[in-house]
Amino acid sequence: MREKIGNIYNNIGLPRIIITSFFIFLLVISVPLGLNILNLLGDSIRRWAMYGILVLAMVPAVQCGIGLNFGISLGIVAGLLGATLSIELGISNPWLGMLFASAVGILLGGLLGVFYGFMLNKLKGSEMTVSTYVGFSVIAFMNMIWLALPFKNGNLVWPISEQGMRNTISLEGSFGLILNKLWSFSIGNPATGLFVPTGLILFFLAVCFIVYLFMRSKVGMAMSAAGENPEFTRASGINVDKMRIIGTAVSTALAALGIITYAQSYGFLQLYNAPLMMGFHSVAAVLIGGASVGRAKISHVILGAFLFQGILTVALPVANKILPEGNLSDVLRLIISNGIILYALSKTKGGNK
Amino acid sequence: MKDNIVNFISENKVVVLFVALCIGAIYVSGNPLTFVAGELFTRFGRNGFMVLALLIPVLAGMGLNFGITIGAIAAQIAVFWIIYWGFEGIQGFLLSVLMSTPIALLFGYLVGKLFNKMKGSEMIAGMVLGYFADGLYQLFFLYVIGGIIPVYSDRLIIPGGIGVKNTIDLTGNLKYSLDTVSMLQLVEIFFYIAVAVLIFKMVFNKVKKTNSSIAKDLIILGIAIVVYVLTFIPAIEAFLASDRLLLLYAVTIGLVFMVLLQIWRIVNNKVIKKDNEYSIKKPIALIIVAGILYAMTYIKPIEVILMYVNIPVTTYLCIVGICFFNNMLLRTRLGQNMRTVGQSRVVANAAGLDVDRIRIIAMVLSTVLACWGQLIYLQNIGTFATYGAHTQVGLFAIAALLVGGASVKKATNKQAIIGIILFHTLFTVAPQAGKQLFNNAQLGEYFRVFVAYGVIAVSLAMHAWKTNIKPSVKQKA
Repeated sequence: MREKIGNIYNNIGLPRIIITSFFIFLLVISVPLGLNILNLLGDSIRRWAMYGILVLAMVPAVQCGIGLNFGISLGIVAGLLGATLSIELGISNPWLGMLFASAVGILLGGLLGVFYGFMLNKLKGSEMTVSTYVGFSVIAFMNMIWLALPFKNGNLVWPISEQGMRNTISLEGSFGLILNKLWSFSIGNPATGLFVPTGLILFFLAVCFIVYLFMRSKVGMAMSAAGENPEFTRASGINVDKMRIIGTAVSTALAALGIITYAQSYGFLQLYNAPLMMGFHSVAAVLIGGASVGRAKISHVILGAFLFQGILTVALPVANKILPEGNLSDVLRLIISNGIILYALSKTKGGNK
Repeated sequence: MKDNIVNFISENKVVVLFVALCIGAIYVSGNPLTFVAGELFTRFGRNGFMVLALLIPVLAGMGLNFGITIGAIAAQIAVFWIIYWGFEGIQGFLLSVLMSTPIALLFGYLVGKLFNKMKGSEMIAGMVLGYFADGLYQLFFLYVIGGIIPVYSDRLIIPGGIGVKNTIDLTGNLKYSLDTVSMLQLVEIFFYIAVAVLIFKMVFNKVKKTNSSIAKDLIILGIAIVVYVLTFIPAIEAFLASDRLLLLYAVTIGLVFMVLLQIWRIVNNKVIKKDNEYSIKKPIALIIVAGILYAMTYIKPIEVILMYVNIPVTTYLCIVGICFFNNMLLRTRLGQNMRTVGQSRVVANAAGLDVDRIRIIAMVLSTVLACWGQLIYLQNIGTFATYGAHTQVGLFAIAALLVGGASVKKATNKQAIIGIILFHTLFTVAPQAGKQLFNNAQLGEYFRVFVAYGVIAVSLAMHAWKTNIKPSVKQKA
């Protein structure tokens, strides 16, 4: 019995226990503080579905063996390019606009992912270290591109200088909030109650399901095998390098779709340095959900995205009630996300000589 | 000869590329050379120490220490309290050294412990650890200070009483506290230290009866006194009273020192040791080079720069000191052990070395040095950005080191110095160059950040690629 509990404890891990109890603690404490718990839950749900696909992008990457993909920035910039292109072309139908943005983003992301996969195949064993800085470099590189792109649409470029894109671009005239509003309803008072963005949630779950099917398909199974035991997989006639490239490409393409979903739910596109740390947040979320450097499941994504975003959503108003100033939410995000990544790293390479 | 040149370029391709980039950027920016040189020497004094703090972990095989952020954090904790307590000038600076060092020792020990749990992925761990520590640091500075520890200061605390302000002005307390230590003060300090050490040594030898000759110590003491007395001659005193040294004088002193060193080498090997194997070609060549360099100081454009730039003597001496320390460490047993651990942990372990302990020592040294480096940086820049000063430390220091041609496996003082010069030249001129080329200064600023990230990414990728090739080559053979 004791051994069993010990096993369960080891499987869940101390950080996850802390984080889950912290989340519950925050929820409980928010009631006596007089916060609107329905509203908070609604926010958590919205942000869960909003970030979900970005977190989902970790699954193929981890499963194909490249580890935690800090380089999803590559896919993120592809998605941002798709979205800006869709605005530049002035596609006014929101559904067409989103479709176009996603199509461009996924294609571009997939293409970049293939090249990226080729590169990572040469760097087996240090993918994570390299991909972090590749991710940063891509964002820094795109900073220059955003300034230099010859886009003309008034919604995109700075109004006075007419050179270079704005930091945040409103999606109001484009595909902003269309998924959120689809079939949405409120429980209780529309202003303070629990708002359920049905369309967004369904979309997120649908993408999860597609990825689940993909991971169950022949290619997906081969990919997971390649990640788990490359030597054995090679012996059984599967091209491990090819599987890793497919996994990286799918992960990058998902990140592109993820940022578009995120942006439509947020209502704004954020360019320049805004997505710099998004890779870290996605990594942290999937780890909180129970994934490790070598293994990640869809359930980890769903649970992890909810816990991570839930804590950040609930912590902010709670902290503001206790301490009126400052931005505790950002500080918490730094500590939690990086703490859990450190924990995961220490678990995988534990004390080898 | 042709092969030599090709070899030289291919071995130093990073450096060559960046030299070209720097020259191009300086030319395009149209900045006057005096401005670039002045800015460069300021930045060198400001950031040099930090970059040199990275060398020891590379030696111990722990790669580029992204965890130097933590050393910087230790420094900043001390600086906050020193300012709060109202210390000023060099006393304040020395006190912050005194206070931050134990903190850095502790942090370095903990980081070393953690890295021992993640051998082989120290770099990614260091990166993440940097962010993690940043979070804890923010928690401490935003909520604990004022919230839990009572601190009353309108100057430092956000109105409302909890949390430290975004920027703390160091003007009037720590700004230039190290830079403005005059040479006279330095000579004085060294004199007192020398006297204290020598007297202690003599007394120690007398009490212990080690039969060590007192005459030698007395001679050294005599020299120290003579040097000290010399500083009372008005002309010398006037020269030394300044805290800045004109670059021209610094170059001249450096060249004279170099020539003397070479002459001493020749005399030592040929006359004293009578070593016939010793070739005097190299020292002679160096003397000639020194002569040419001195002649070059009379060329007008160079002379203008040399007469324009002033360097803070004490800060530069600190940088020379850390270079010297890095070099000396290699000659000690500890340094050799570190190198062994760096080359192969398995071999080191088999040879009976305590691998974990040596790695922890490397991390502690690097963290403490990084902490001092951050103190030097803060006192020079003069404003303490409470939540920003440490965040980019690792990025820029590591990028500078890599630009100088260092790699994850090998980094020397020389590479660090070349790297700082190139990287900061680019940093100085990039915005202006961007403005001239594309009519957009922001582009140049983004470009230099991209260079920092890009050079690290490429270097890490090259390293991983090389380590991956090796096993496959072995398999074939």
